[in-house]
Amino acid sequence: MAIDKHTGMVEKRGAGLWLTHLGLIIGVLFIFFPIWLAFVASTVQQADIVRPPMPLLPGGHFLENYGKALTSGINAPVATMLFNSAVMALGISLGKIVISLLSAFAIVYFRFPGRTLFFWLIFLTLMLPVEVRIVPTYEVAANFGMLNSYSGLIFPLIASATATFLFRQFFMTVPDELAEAARVDGARPMRFFFDILLPMSRTNIAALFVILFIYGWNQYLWPLLITTDPSMNTIVMGIKQMFPSGDDLADWPVIMATSILAMIPPVAVVIGMQKLFIRGLVDSEK
Amino acid sequence: MATVTLENLHKSYGKVAVIHGVDIDIKDGEFIVIVGPSGCGKSTLLRMVAGLEGVSDGEVRIDGKRVNEKEPMDRDIAMVFQNYALYPHMSVAQNMGYGLKIAKTPKAEIDTRVAEAARLLQLEPYLDRRPRELSGGQRQRVAMGRAIVRRPSVFLFDEPLSNLDAKLRVQMRLEIKQLQRELGVTALYVTHDQVEAMTLADRMIVMNAGVAEQIGAPLEVYANPRTAFVAGFIGSPPTNFMAAPDGGQIGVRPEHVSVVAPDAGNVTGRVQYTEPLGAETLVHVILENGETATVRQDGTVPIPAEKQDVGLAWDKAVEMRFGSDGVRVDAR
Repeated sequence: MAIDKHTGMVEKRGAGLWLTHLGLIIGVLFIFFPIWLAFVASTVQQADIVRPPMPLLPGGHFLENYGKALTSGINAPVATMLFNSAVMALGISLGKIVISLLSAFAIVYFRFPGRTLFFWLIFLTLMLPVEVRIVPTYEVAANFGMLNSYSGLIFPLIASATATFLFRQFFMTVPDELAEAARVDGARPMRFFFDILLPMSRTNIAALFVILFIYGWNQYLWPLLITTDPSMNTIVMGIKQMFPSGDDLADWPVIMATSILAMIPPVAVVIGMQKLFIRGLVDSEK
Repeated sequence: MATVTLENLHKSYGKVAVIHGVDIDIKDGEFIVIVGPSGCGKSTLLRMVAGLEGVSDGEVRIDGKRVNEKEPMDRDIAMVFQNYALYPHMSVAQNMGYGLKIAKTPKAEIDTRVAEAARLLQLEPYLDRRPRELSGGQRQRVAMGRAIVRRPSVFLFDEPLSNLDAKLRVQMRLEIKQLQRELGVTALYVTHDQVEAMTLADRMIVMNAGVAEQIGAPLEVYANPRTAFVAGFIGSPPTNFMAAPDGGQIGVRPEHVSVVAPDAGNVTGRVQYTEPLGAETLVHVILENGETATVRQDGTVPIPAEKQDVGLAWDKAVEMRFGSDGVRVDAR
């Protein structure tokens, strides 16, 4: 009897579970379908795409299309653009993290003249996204000879008020007594920063890295302005550059292969860092 | 092992003075408790000795050497904080050894000292755990272990037991005292708990509003409070105060008062309520002039009924007389 009751409950719960899953599966299909189409388009030939109906199953030209995209591409090899994007995204995210950590450390732990002023100045720049200051920033970057260079892609985007603010808020939740204990233990400020503060911010850094990496990877407007040489193009803007102008024929399989390739690194970062997130969350739970 | 001297120590934040000149000579190996109500400046005083707060005026000397300008790490002190301040991402062993690691002590020696401290504090099974996996009492021990391994001359405790439950507090109190005796180290201990102060101290500093009202051995302070504040703060329930004809106050300890017939006492009043605690009974009385008084009588003495008119009697010899400024006037 007890077992019947038990299974009855499981069945009831099971129905709800199935409904939930059904909803989720539909949602996933909805999101996944365009990506699937892009993938299919990247494995067939140009002729298959233009001839209706459009194929819904992958064709046999996977290696050919991807090989072509990676090695020669249309304007520049996709491998080059992937590398450029990786340098830019990593440069921006790591640079932003290092700079924000240090400036938040200065603002929270040191008393110096103009501390509040500097904090508000940093905070104020939150209100000025790249698009607003793009002309003067371009002017400065051009005068420094940073056009068509990695430094030009990275440095103008490397300071982050948001990240500084986030670390400031986190540092302020760290008990003062911890800093005092470290001082009594003989830790000088930078030692305290590296030995105590940095390990404690680990999960915050990981979370921020994911967000900033995707931010850097998806930059479109700035690379479009600062790079004219196709070999310095990043992949996100490079896709747009592949579109034909005038009467040229678009090589859709190669463009789609490029799109799929452009998606892989951010996805890899999210999936890779997810483990650290969860470990961090479980760690701080107790 | 060291002596600590505070000479005319002042602290002010801008124009607000919080410590108004404290003087004390602490002997080598002495256990000094700084006690007072919250906001009296007791923690500030300790933090000035630690070097976490600057000294506005006066001098702190450890082993005869002026340390006003020295960083905490150069003062040969160790401190135990109220919320333990353990490094959350380090194991117990790493927490205890961190100070030594910074001082570039050889790894083998760090391990030996940590093991020694862990044995002393019964922390051996927990050396690889993180602080969050420990109970409050164990964290407290780790915080003490961190202080011990550095072998400092002076131990500073900032309300170390106030986050523990009552039972554990009594146990840790004994352990701290025992440890301090064993190590023979000089200790400064801040607390607002007068029981901790009475039981731990060789001498105590009773602070009030930034002033050291009295410095002395616990029983001496209890028996001969120098001011009305000290008489009221040390002792539970507190001293009964009654207005004296000369504008000052008369203080009598609750245990010196006994309940008698209305016409047989020094004053008369009405029993408001009683608190039988078993071994003793507290009788709260409203006096004729509206003042309240507490009598602490033995548990075997009959408990007077509430609302009953009674007299309160005490030996005039145990009276403490305070002037209108709160300072003791009868010579002792």
